[in-house]
This record gives sequence, C-alpha cells and structure tokens, in this order.
Amino acid sequence: MSSKTYTNGTEALGPTPRYGIWSRFKRNRPAVFGSWILAIVIVLSAIGPAVFGWLTGISSDYIPSSVENGALVRSFPPSLAHPMGTDDLGRDLFLRVFEGGRISILVGIFASVISLLIGVAYGATAGFFGGRIDGVMMRIVDMLFAIPYLLIVVVMMSLFGGNNAPDAVKQVTETFVFLTNALMSLAGASPISTSSGLFQIFFLFVALGSVSWLTMARIVRGQVLSLKNEEFILAARSIGVSTFGIVFRHLIPNISGPVIVYATLTIPSVMLAEAFLSFLGLGVQAPYSSWGSLAADGIKNIAVYPWQLVFPGLVMGMTLVALNLIGDGLRDAFDPKSSKS
Amino acid sequence: MSDVTTKTILEVSRLTVSFERATGSTTVVNDVSFEVLEGETLGIVGESGCGKTVTVLSILGLLPETGTIDSGKMIFEGRDLAKLSVEEIRKVRGSKIAMIFQDPLSALHPLLPISTQICEVTMLHRGFNRDEARLHAVRMLELVGIPDAEKRIDAYPHEFSGGMRQRIMIAIALSCEPTLLLADEPTTALDVTTQAQILNLIRTLNPKFKTSTVLVTHDLGIVAQMTDRVAVMYGGRILEIAKTSDLFRAPSNPYTKALLKSVPDPSVGRIEDLYQIPGTADFSVVTHGCAFALRCNRAEQSCREELPELEQVSEGHYSRCHFAKEEYLSNQSKH
Repeated sequence: MSSKTYTNGTEALGPTPRYGIWSRFKRNRPAVFGSWILAIVIVLSAIGPAVFGWLTGISSDYIPSSVENGALVRSFPPSLAHPMGTDDLGRDLFLRVFEGGRISILVGIFASVISLLIGVAYGATAGFFGGRIDGVMMRIVDMLFAIPYLLIVVVMMSLFGGNNAPDAVKQVTETFVFLTNALMSLAGASPISTSSGLFQIFFLFVALGSVSWLTMARIVRGQVLSLKNEEFILAARSIGVSTFGIVFRHLIPNISGPVIVYATLTIPSVMLAEAFLSFLGLGVQAPYSSWGSLAADGIKNIAVYPWQLVFPGLVMGMTLVALNLIGDGLRDAFDPKSSKS
Repeated sequence: MSDVTTKTILEVSRLTVSFERATGSTTVVNDVSFEVLEGETLGIVGESGCGKTVTVLSILGLLPETGTIDSGKMIFEGRDLAKLSVEEIRKVRGSKIAMIFQDPLSALHPLLPISTQICEVTMLHRGFNRDEARLHAVRMLELVGIPDAEKRIDAYPHEFSGGMRQRIMIAIALSCEPTLLLADEPTTALDVTTQAQILNLIRTLNPKFKTSTVLVTHDLGIVAQMTDRVAVMYGGRILEIAKTSDLFRAPSNPYTKALLKSVPDPSVGRIEDLYQIPGTADFSVVTHGCAFALRCNRAEQSCREELPELEQVSEGHYSRCHFAKEEYLSNQSKH
C-alpha cells in the first residue's frame, strides 16, 4: 500500500484521505484516457492557433480562393495545408475549431466556477441553518428548477444579448480586452477591440452561470444537512468555533468529494447548452466561433462539404466524452466503496 | 477537598430543559441543581436517557435545535451562562469551559490533520499565531502522552487508535487551561485498559491546570475511582447527591442502593444471582410522583402521587425520597 511521506521525512501509517483518491483515480483507465484527451484539446485551444499560424503563415481571417471550372471555390477539403479543410468563406477550419474551443471551454469553466461559488455557499447556508431559512431558500431553487433552464437563458440572451448587455458585463469585457491587448502588444500581435459580439459572449457566460448552480445548491444542502449533526461538528462548536468557521472550515471540506464531481460534470452540460444556443443563433456570433456556431454553419453545407460539420462535432464530442469520463472517474475515486478493482 | 476556602466554580440552579417534538414537548432535565467547586471532580451517574448528557450540553449552550432551556440559572464567573449571547458563549467554549465527548472516533474531524484541530482552539481564544499554536500543540500532545508528538502532529485522526484519539481530544480540551472540563462519558467507547489510562490522565492533568471536572458516566467503578462528589440522576431529576465516599458508604435513596447492588461482584455467586432493577427505564410515562416509583421496591401510594423533595440526610448529603431519613439510618444499623 502506498503511503504519504511527510515533510519532515516520516512515513504515515496509512494512505491519507487525499492520497487514496488520487491513486484510485490513476487506476481508472477510462478516466486517465479522458484526462489526456482533455489536456490535448486544452493545449490545442490555448496555443494551437498561434503555433499553427506561425508554422504555416495562415491566420484565421485568411481567405484563399481558386477558380475551378469557372466557379469561385472557397471550401477546400482537408489537406496538408488545412488539416480540417476550410469553411465556406475559406477560413481555415483547424484554426476556427480551436479558437472556438477557447470560448466553449471558458463557458464551461466559468459556469462551473459560478455554480461552485453560488451553489456551495447557498446550499451550505440553507442546510446549516435549516428550518424556515432552509424552506424559503430551497423553494426559490424549486421555482427556478420548475422553468426549463434553457428557456431562462434564451430569454436572458434575447433581452440582454450583444449591445444590450448590462453595464457590469460591458465593463468586465472592456477590462478583458484591455488585458488581452497588453499581452498582445508584448507578443507583437495586432490588438483586438470591444464589440457587440464580445459583449454577447461575456453575457453568455453570465446567463449560463446563473442557472448552473441550482443542482449544486441542492447537493450541498443535502450533504450539509446530514453532516451537521455529526459529533465532530458538535465538538467544533464546543471549542468555540464560530458558525462561519464551522460552515467553511469544517463542513465544506467534508463535502468536497461530491462537489468536485458535480462541478466536473457541470462543465460538459454547460458546454452542450452553449452549443445549443449558438446553434440557434443566440450564442456566439461571427466573427467569433464556438463549437456550436461552427456546427450551425457546417450543417448548411453538410451535403457538399461534410467536413465543416464533422470536425467541430468530432472535437466537441470527444471533449464532452472526456469530461464525463473524468467526472465518473472522480466520483468512483471519492467513493472507495464503488471501486470495482 | 476539605479546604474551607474552596469556591464555587459553577452553580447550576433549578435547570429545566425540554425538547420539542411533533407530539408536544418533553421535559428531559427537571429542576436540576448542583454546584461544582474549585478543583473538584463531580460525577453525574444514571441510566441512558436520564438527562446526564443534556445537562452537560446545556451548560455550554450546545443543545440541539429542538431543545430549549425553560428555566434555571447556570452561574459561571458571575454570569448566567443561559443568558449569554451567541458571541459571548462562544468565547467561553473551549477557553473557560471545555468538553470531551463520548466517542473520540467521531468527535475529531476526519479530513483535517490533528495539528489543525489542536491549533484551532488556541488561535481562536489565546490569539496565538500559527507557529505559537503549533509549538503549544506539540507540548500538549507530549503532555497527554502521544509518543513522537512532533512527527505525529500532522497525521490524520484515522491514523491513531481510539485511546490516542481520546488523548488528542483531551489535549484540545485542556489547550486553553479551562476552569471547567465537561467530560461526557469519556471512556465509554474505549476498552478497559485504555479506559484506565485515560482516566489516569484526566486525574493527573486536572490539578496541573487547576481544572474542575464534571464527569458524566454510567460506570459506578469510575465514579468511585475518580470523583469527589457524585449526583445520581433518574428521569431528568437528581435523586441523590453526596460526597462520593458518603454515597457508597451510606446510600440514602432506593435507586442508588439498587444501582450499587447491581454492580457485578465476581467473587460472589453465579451470573444468575446478579441483582437487577425490575422493569425498564421508561421516562415517557408521566407521573406526578417520583419517577422511580414504578420500579422501586419500597414504593407506596404516596410515591406515585407526590414528588418527594431533595432532603438533607447529613452534611452535604441530599436524597430525593419520602424515606430518605429511614434509608440513611438503615445504613447506620448495618455497620
């Protein structure tokens, strides 16, 4: 059995709780496979477009064209120069897919972070105080649950999309553009500017985040409810730990298992929602791309240029499968009883 | 303990605690009064469900949400603990009054290293920074007999045995040198050998920190060994309270007598001869009289109808029984 070595060089008698989780996760082949896929997609999205542009001299707004049989052709099939072909404006699809990947992944992460922040604090408060506070707080969640969440997001996007975005969102967007340009000027690249498309993307983050915390709140509340009567919580109260300290230092670490698992599984579901919205034209709009908007563009030409749908779909599908494998792996790792090995 | 100048640390008077249930409220602790003197160990004995633990929990205001203190005072350092605000009582917990729990396996946070858990209390109440708290924690662990404390301090609770974990609980409880230690059946979950070690530890450490102890237990052996005075509880009331030596020499309540008779004595007879109190401790039956009357071998009609008062039978020795004096005197004739 593996064991943790402490900083002062002594061996622990057994595996520590955290260590056991990691070793169980590593033994789960599908989860490790998923982690590799996800790592590759993230690396390609982060630096893929820049490296590709540097190697081939092709940038995302590069539009080659050729005349074949007297007609102007811009959609080229996959080739060495364009590994995923080009879209119907001649832009390189490899670049578009991984630039879109940034937005898709960011939407997922941002919504998970929101669901962590709001969901955990909200659920822990409701569960810990119980009684009437719990009743009121959870009925609010029930009401929000009763409305299909995509409906809420669709309404939010159509009311506040693009230039109608709230000022706070616009300010965040402008800060983001400012910081990006600072980095860009260091790298010697051309600056970007704020636009309604960027506002749209940032508001999409907010809209999806605002509905993603509901299930998390329920999970956390349930866990806190069952833990708060444990004797070690009473013991913590008996040495004078404040309510805040009990909730945040003693209860929340105990529920980190289900919380991490659920946060991981939130990412793919939010990414799917983003794709769906972009597919409907309510999400990311040109010139920006996401996997959903690329699929929406691709489906128009599916009979003639199938690669325009296949590649965005393939990358997105692989990412979603990978995230779900990781989530399942984490769930098994946090629950020693469910490990099959 | 015969010091004339002994002062009272905690004075509980007429404490009544009830629990809210769907069917109405149940009084669990009824008109309980006792005091804890400086440096002494007060035992509280009784069967399961007689209100021992609830009495102790209400001192620190740790009752579950359904429980409320209906009346009574708990005077500690000139203040009534029952009237303190949440913030005020929080400052008392762990610093002035500390508590040890029944089950050390579940009273330590399973996911935090014990260093965090010991340091927490001194950082909260004594304003120690991380390094000071850690140094102090190592000293406390050495004091309670954890070998290799410096290396073991970062281990997790599951890496310690039950006895070691109870030692750690004691280290946490005594970290701020409290005036009063509430020990709620500190050895029930431990085996007999460990039990003796833990009790020894409490007995040797308390004088060191000048700590008074309230020791809740159902083991009369522990009472005889550990306590200076003892209160016997039944059905939420104190039936007898006396100096431990007096109580064992001259029990003046039929319940106490029955309890003492039920202690197995391996030198005498077979297990079938072991005395049992007839019936079960069913506190849901409401009586206007003495709660023990239903099982008492000398109960009369008056016992079921009229609640006896706590009556003094000798100096510092009180018994709640209509026949307290007779019971007391019957001991005299035996000796």
